[in-house]
Amino acid sequence: MGQVRTILLNKSVFADNDARAEILRADLRKDGVLLVNVMSSPGAGKTSTLTSLINSIKDKVKVAVMEADIDSDVDAQSIVKNTGVDSIQLHTGGMCHLDADMTREGLDAIDYKKYDIIFLENVGNLVCPAEYDTGATMDIMILSTSEGDDKPLKYPLIFQKCNLVIISKIDAIKYFTFDLDKCIDNITYRNKDVRVIPISNKTQEGIEELSTFFLDKIKNYKEI
Amino acid sequence: MHELGVVFNIKQQIEDVAKENNVKNVTSLTIELGEVSTVVPELFTECFDWAKKKSEVLKNCKLNLVILKAITYCEDCKKTYSTTEFGRTCPYCKSPHTYLVTGNELKIKQIEAE
Repeated sequence: MGQVRTILLNKSVFADNDARAEILRADLRKDGVLLVNVMSSPGAGKTSTLTSLINSIKDKVKVAVMEADIDSDVDAQSIVKNTGVDSIQLHTGGMCHLDADMTREGLDAIDYKKYDIIFLENVGNLVCPAEYDTGATMDIMILSTSEGDDKPLKYPLIFQKCNLVIISKIDAIKYFTFDLDKCIDNITYRNKDVRVIPISNKTQEGIEELSTFFLDKIKNYKEI
Repeated sequence: MHELGVVFNIKQQIEDVAKENNVKNVTSLTIELGEVSTVVPELFTECFDWAKKKSEVLKNCKLNLVILKAITYCEDCKKTYSTTEFGRTCPYCKSPHTYLVTGNELKIKQIEAE
């Protein structure tokens, strides 16, 4: 038996990822590329919302999409087919979230500097993606009316992290016990600076407001 | 929920530290885990015991998990209370203006190696 040594580390497990995420955010800032991390539970309408939004801004700004999933490339194919913008599929290899290194790999693979805005569609999950900093410039999430107005209370971290909450499937609100005012109260209870935009991908309600929100964001980001 | 991912991350960090310090056999690993860190201790231990077999330096490693209590502070009445018992609303004055003081840690505290 050799000599036993104690090595004190006292280091957060997330510290490495957080540091790499900060470097990535600074690189994106330098190149004037806005990276938007899009989170939601599975089926809330991330791909449909991105399709509506991209079709309303793609003539004004250069857009790309990075799709993260555990497997398959159906989302990336759907984006290319329905919007015509560049899209890349990232596989997380079984992981329930994306981290800063995976995001960097995806950005390098699409030569990110040529775009104004890149949407990163995270894995559908309200827990793990909120824990890992991807290095994105802003975090947004989509909550659909079928999921219930109590979700901001049940998954507080993800709602606290976001600059924008999109409430999707607003056209179907009458079929569910979803109180929009109560939901907005639940969101702003913990995050008073958040912007909430209700939309419908089916009727296109709210899409114009959403596209104005992002065009303004890009403009302000480039001016800083 | 992402215990396996966390374990792989820790395994990589320990392997790097072992290489830097020129140690071949890590005999114990102390992890500090907050009560509300979202990492479940039982699952974490299971994942660790599975993953360590895949590592030359960690295969004899004993895991020492230290659970840190979650404490929340109320900005209105300036009191602290147990987070797991009362959540985000202050039990004394019912204020929602509270923040977590400790409890979301996930830290590699130390290793013993030979």
